Amino acid sequence: MLDVSSLTKRFGGLVAVNGASLTVNEGEIVSLIGPNGAGKTTLFATIAGFLKPNEGSVVLDGQDITGHKPHEICRRGMVRTFQVVKPFAGLSVRENIAVGAHTRIAGREEALEFAGKIAAHVGLTPLLDQSAGDLTVAGRKRIELARALATQPKLLLLDEVMAGLNATEILEIVEIIQQIRDSGVTILLIEHVMQAVMKLSDRAYVLNYGEIIAEGSPVEIAHDPKVVEAYLGHGASERMKSAGGADA
Amino acid sequence: MSMLTTMSTGNMQRIGWAVLIGALLAAPFAIHSGRWMEFIELTLFAALLGQGWNILGGYGGQYSFGHALFFGTAAYLQALLQYKLGWSPWLTLWIAIGGSVAVAAFVGFLSFRYGLRGSYFALVTLAFAEAFHVLSRSLVSVTEGGRGVQLPLNQDPEQALATFQFTFAGPFLSEAGYYYTILIFLLIGFAVTGWLNHSRFGAQLQAVREDEDAASALGIDPFRVKMSAICLSAGVTSLAGIYYVQKFLFVDPGIAYGPGKSVEALFAAIIGGVGTVLGPLLGSAFIHIVGEFAKETIGAMLGDRPGVDLILFGIILVLMLAYMPRGLVGLVELLWRKLITKRGGGNA
Ligand SMILES: Nc1ncnc2c1ncn2[C@@H]1O[C@H](COP(=O)(O)OP(=O)(O)OP(=O)(O)O)[C@@H](O)[C@H]1O
Ligand SMILES: [Mg+2]
Repeated sequence: MLDVSSLTKRFGGLVAVNGASLTVNEGEIVSLIGPNGAGKTTLFATIAGFLKPNEGSVVLDGQDITGHKPHEICRRGMVRTFQVVKPFAGLSVRENIAVGAHTRIAGREEALEFAGKIAAHVGLTPLLDQSAGDLTVAGRKRIELARALATQPKLLLLDEVMAGLNATEILEIVEIIQQIRDSGVTILLIEHVMQAVMKLSDRAYVLNYGEIIAEGSPVEIAHDPKVVEAYLGHGASERMKSAGGADA
Repeated sequence: MSMLTTMSTGNMQRIGWAVLIGALLAAPFAIHSGRWMEFIELTLFAALLGQGWNILGGYGGQYSFGHALFFGTAAYLQALLQYKLGWSPWLTLWIAIGGSVAVAAFVGFLSFRYGLRGSYFALVTLAFAEAFHVLSRSLVSVTEGGRGVQLPLNQDPEQALATFQFTFAGPFLSEAGYYYTILIFLLIGFAVTGWLNHSRFGAQLQAVREDEDAASALGIDPFRVKMSAICLSAGVTSLAGIYYVQKFLFVDPGIAYGPGKSVEALFAAIIGGVGTVLGPLLGSAFIHIVGEFAKETIGAMLGDRPGVDLILFGIILVLMLAYMPRGLVGLVELLWRKLITKRGGGNA
């Protein structure tokens, strides 16, 4: 469904994404993990059209969308959420979600009604009439998710929708994401919460210093020495083995 | 319970609108003082300017400091095509609207194509208005320069409608013709903003105002939305220019493109409440009442000092922005909610 090949994005001298390639197949949940500053968000932004890549290509459903505008890409069925949430603070929760719904629904009443349905899926029903600016972190993360869902995407790119949530909230979101996948939406997600990555993903990619350093099932990834080193520093993998092979 | 309150609020709103529009329609029958009617007419005029500005500034978050550009272009086209070519005002008004929208498309394209936002956009609109100001003064062969364009007064009642001039239009229209002209134009402005509140385009425009990146992630093309908004905004503002020329039969560079109209538009909308249907009318009424009051009191103390009222408005604007960013409409809503909760508490 999504084919990213040798994508490179530079900011001046800094190479934030360096020749990254990845594939997402229909119906999968694929995770993208990596240490802070690895370039995950930049990779998302480049895939979704917010940044122009310096090299490489993005192909969605067999069509080259490299360098297309974000709104065009959204209309083709790929939508991203923002790690730093961007609620429309002056609008109510329902109106926020309706903005997404309007991508495919012209009528105002229909869009507002559809927003109500989406809100029910992500547990926002009690907050529908509140101003989006008044919500807690957890609420705002749900708005990001709900608005994206309301565009009726084929492929959903989620950037750390669990950051800042407590354990219960994380369990709820994990369940919601599973339901979204079961409803036929393919998902690529960036996540630091490893427990969620293990539980949700069919496959995972690891990004470090802008390069994909590993790919595989979550379990394979967790035991990959390169990955352990990326997270814990050079030589960590050796140290861990000699310390008795603790699970990552 | 909350369902009941929202329903009654909705009905209240509808009733409020009906009363307001009914009162405005009936005003000439009830008010026989020419001075008062003139006062209300000027209030509606400033409300229309404010409503034009509000479409782009209030709903779209793109604060223009140069809306005189759209007022003045329409005023000049409306005046010059009649004056120089002898065209019917009913034909020139379409060209006036079209010309204004074309200028808006040009300025919008330059600004939005290159991603100008916030104060940069405000400065660009201000600069364009000033450029047109200078041009209208210097292109004497086209615009008659600083002397301005004076249209001949029609004194034949038979020709009143054909010339779109009501001064000699018979007993009723000579009193109320211009009043109904500005009222109809303002109702068009209300209709446009009302539509923004209940349409996909309006939702997308407000989304762009709140966050452009989030909007574009959700399938909205901010450039297209802002272009549409500036054109719509100019179209409504141009109606004020058409009214002005038909009423005063005169336009000159200062009236058309000077900062006065830009400021009036912005004041009315911001004081009344940006991004609301009623804001510009409330703001305009407030400004005119306070202005009149200031003239009476401060004028009596200091003698006639033009500009004193502007200083006062400047102070009010700053206080507004600091303490009441939602303007008078926000204040009214707050009081209304207090009233409802009190009433609800009383019933319980
Ligand atoms: N617009 C930008 N201009 C310049 N440098 C940037 C820009 N955006 C990101 N960077 C840099 O690119 C690198 C990758 O940042 P990015 O936000 O993609 O990392 P990340 O993997 O998402 O990190 P985190 O897990 O903290 O979210 C960082 O060094 C960051 O400072
Ligand atoms: Mg990130």
